Amino acid sequence: MKRTYLGEFEEIVLLTVAIMGDMAYGVSITEELEQQTGRSVSVSAVHAALHRLEEKYMVSSHMGEATAERGGRRKRIFTLTALGNRTLDEIRLLRNRMWESIPLKILSALPR
Amino acid sequence: MQKPTPPRWADRLLEWFCAPHLLEEVQGDLYERFEKNVRVFGEKTASREYIIGVLSFIRPFALKRQTEVSPSLYHKIMISNYFKIAFRNLLKYKGYSFINILGLATGMAVAMLIGLWIYDEFSFNKNHQNYDKIAQVRIREVDEDGVGISTSMQYPLLTELQTNHQANFKHIMATSWNVDNILTAGENKVARKGLFMSASAPEMLTLKMQYGTWDGLKDLNSIMLSASTSQALFGDSNPINQVVKINNEINVKVTGVYEDIPLNAQFNEVKFISPFDLWVAQNKWIRERATTDWDNHFIKIYAQLNDKTDFAQASANIKNAVLNNLGEAFKEQAERKPEVFLLPMSDWHLYNYKYGQVDPEPLRMVWLISIIGAFVLLLACINFMNLSTARSEKRAKEVGVRKAIGSMRVQLIWQFFSESFLVVVFAFFLSLLFVLLGLGWFNQLAAKEMMVPFTNPYFWLISAGFILLTGLLAGSYPALYLSSFQPVKVLKGTFRVGRFASVPRKVLVVVQFTVSVTLIIGTLIVFKQIQFAKNRPVGYTREGVILIGMKSGDFYGKHDLLRNELMSTGAVVEMSESMGAPTGIWSNNDGLEWKGKTEDKTESLGTLVVTPEYGKTIGWQFVQGRDFKRELASDSSGMVVNEAAVKYMGLTNPIGEDVSWKFQKRDRVHYKILGVIKDMVMESPYEPTSPVIFMIKGHGGPNTINIKINPAVSASEALPKIEAVFKKLVPTAPFEYKFLDEEYAKKFAAEERIGQLANFCAILAIFISCLGLFGLASFVAEQRIKEIGIRKILGASVSNLWALLSKDFVLIVIISLFIASPIAYYFMSQWMKKYIYHTEISWWIFALAGIGAMAITVLTVSYQAIKAALMNPVKTLKTE
Repeated sequence: MKRTYLGEFEEIVLLTVAIMGDMAYGVSITEELEQQTGRSVSVSAVHAALHRLEEKYMVSSHMGEATAERGGRRKRIFTLTALGNRTLDEIRLLRNRMWESIPLKILSALPR
Repeated sequence: MQKPTPPRWADRLLEWFCAPHLLEEVQGDLYERFEKNVRVFGEKTASREYIIGVLSFIRPFALKRQTEVSPSLYHKIMISNYFKIAFRNLLKYKGYSFINILGLATGMAVAMLIGLWIYDEFSFNKNHQNYDKIAQVRIREVDEDGVGISTSMQYPLLTELQTNHQANFKHIMATSWNVDNILTAGENKVARKGLFMSASAPEMLTLKMQYGTWDGLKDLNSIMLSASTSQALFGDSNPINQVVKINNEINVKVTGVYEDIPLNAQFNEVKFISPFDLWVAQNKWIRERATTDWDNHFIKIYAQLNDKTDFAQASANIKNAVLNNLGEAFKEQAERKPEVFLLPMSDWHLYNYKYGQVDPEPLRMVWLISIIGAFVLLLACINFMNLSTARSEKRAKEVGVRKAIGSMRVQLIWQFFSESFLVVVFAFFLSLLFVLLGLGWFNQLAAKEMMVPFTNPYFWLISAGFILLTGLLAGSYPALYLSSFQPVKVLKGTFRVGRFASVPRKVLVVVQFTVSVTLIIGTLIVFKQIQFAKNRPVGYTREGVILIGMKSGDFYGKHDLLRNELMSTGAVVEMSESMGAPTGIWSNNDGLEWKGKTEDKTESLGTLVVTPEYGKTIGWQFVQGRDFKRELASDSSGMVVNEAAVKYMGLTNPIGEDVSWKFQKRDRVHYKILGVIKDMVMESPYEPTSPVIFMIKGHGGPNTINIKINPAVSASEALPKIEAVFKKLVPTAPFEYKFLDEEYAKKFAAEERIGQLANFCAILAIFISCLGLFGLASFVAEQRIKEIGIRKILGASVSNLWALLSKDFVLIVIISLFIASPIAYYFMSQWMKKYIYHTEISWWIFALAGIGAMAITVLTVSYQAIKAALMNPVKTLKTE
């Protein structure tokens, strides 16, 4: 079956969801992303990516608890699905395999 | 310090655009982010970041509303799916769709045109706002000939109604007869039909005024013009207070201009109205003799009811308005027991009286036409049903699969209905186009001014109902039949449409062809009847004769002058004057006596006054005796009679016989018969000629000029010369003429109209039927393609295969021929009974219709049959 394609940003968001465990929601993912990558990320971009990932069945979501700083609004907590998990795994395997296929001569020339 | 909050407007904006199911988390996240930003960067930056955050959420995923799947919505989705599938099916089978839509559209266009026609018939006179309150006063009399209903009233009845019965009515209106009058304004002259009406007429008929008011007839010397008359006389200018001269006698002032009365109304011919009192004032005989004479019927009376009374009540009140006043002086009239009654406006058109009884013809015509229309529509629906059922085997698998994956029967029924509705809606819009294109032609045919009432909500309501009905009618069979298939049987392949599955289809085709063939036979018979009447010996020459009505006093007393001038132009060979045109018997009288007259000869005879050259002008043909001679003074007491008159009088040797005539209370006058002419068809060409007597001196005088144009001169050359003579000698009247042959042709108008209408319906019926047959034939050919392939390999020739495929259809047409012939025979012999002078329904008509229908069928079917027979068997057998 054709593998679902993931864009670069989607991949990073998906990884972040994995990192955050059961604390993954819009703002927390945004902040984690900013810290991890050092680039400025807008909340809406993250939401959009999460929305797409959910449509692709990579993540599932449920409504979490409300906090005062959110004006009493609940968060949507995202968790990785089995498909999301496998997809990440496949991506890593692919990357690893490709890394391993790089000839040693060139590999050693790459900056470490 | 107050806790900082994000900008309100940005919040509002977010709440407005963001999809409700996302709002909570999105807004929550933005708030959390805002709180943090306030702590880290301060309120100002936080607010700015918040706004940017909100704006950046304007992207599709946040805008898109979540579609809630509720039961009602589920239906909506299914319904849209039905239409999607239906549309795909239409596109997949383009040929079938084309046949279906074209056939249905044709049928619907016919039904719509006929619907418009019926609407027009029933809306006759309805443009008058007082439609349900207006009635015409009529008199019912009984004498030895039976009941008679007369429309012309006596002047004293008007007075009687006004003085003693006014309480019943809001208005009582008297009118003169509708006759051509010449109107002159300055240099412009026109001849227009008009009426002299009581002053209440404009209000009663609710005329739409362009200039002036409804009170326009209150002055004695006034005239109200229709918009078209005003246009002809005064152009676009406002004619109020201009002077118009009626018949070069009366000067009247224009007091109003009304919009022309529409064609589907009683008074549509009234192009000007002047006061009734003016007419009375102008005619001395009315004032002197007619106002108290209960025996002189010469006006028409209309009335508008009071709000409190109804027609029955008012009729009862005025019942004896004539009888009670007759007294001793009019004993004879009293014996006939005249009863006055009111004929409501709603009955004028379709329930009018003819020969003392309600004339069933107009309503019968409406019925006939609507039945034909319904049949044509039915034919189109049959096409649809047939093609759908024929394709059922193909779609059986689809039904099986659908049922297997859980479709309910109801859903399948819906699916097939949605398919039929889609086709019907397409067909409806196509038929609207057809109607718009064909309406002009149809109006000409039906002599009406119909329009598609696009602005009328009822039109759309009826159209919607029409679509619904046709959709149900056309789609019911496939919807109910196809959805009943059992999925197991269908998918396993054991489903076979039985031997008799095609029987209902064949029956429907038989119905189609029965209707078509009946219509064809009917059309042929109508045309044969018209042709028969046209071929009847007319007894005079119609070609090259023009007729001029002597509409004003200026024409009179100039016979010799006109004749000499006209003959000297060389364009005219003869001119004469006569009572009425040769296409009608203008005057009928009794009081004639002759040798051997028996008691039962009470019929009135045509008594026409002519000038001596009348016979030469119209070319009548003598059987016996001679024509009038101007130079013989004794001929002024001579008579020329027709054969019918000789027969009626029972004269064996008519020449020289003495015939005397006592006209009303005048002295008896004696005549001698000079000659006998062949019967001339002056009135209905379908009836035996009535007895007519021509004489030079009678009672009353000629009112029509007949001119025979020199055959060596063309009409276009002759007419200007004739016109010049009239301009010189009768300068006050416009030169208006009619051709005798055209006038004669008008006698066939009603029958030709029926014939053309039947022809139109018959052609479309056969077209629709053939369209269906074409579809069926292609279906059968497709179904039997393998069989044909095998037969070809085994040596069947193309003609063998052609016969094989055509045989069934030819059989169907033969069956319908046998059903249609007696039906057509029955109805057409009923129709023929109306005509005394009629053709025979001969066998060759049926044979011709049969051969025609057969030829068309064979042609239609052959295309498909030969196409299938020519197919390469290798190709057809290779698949599967």
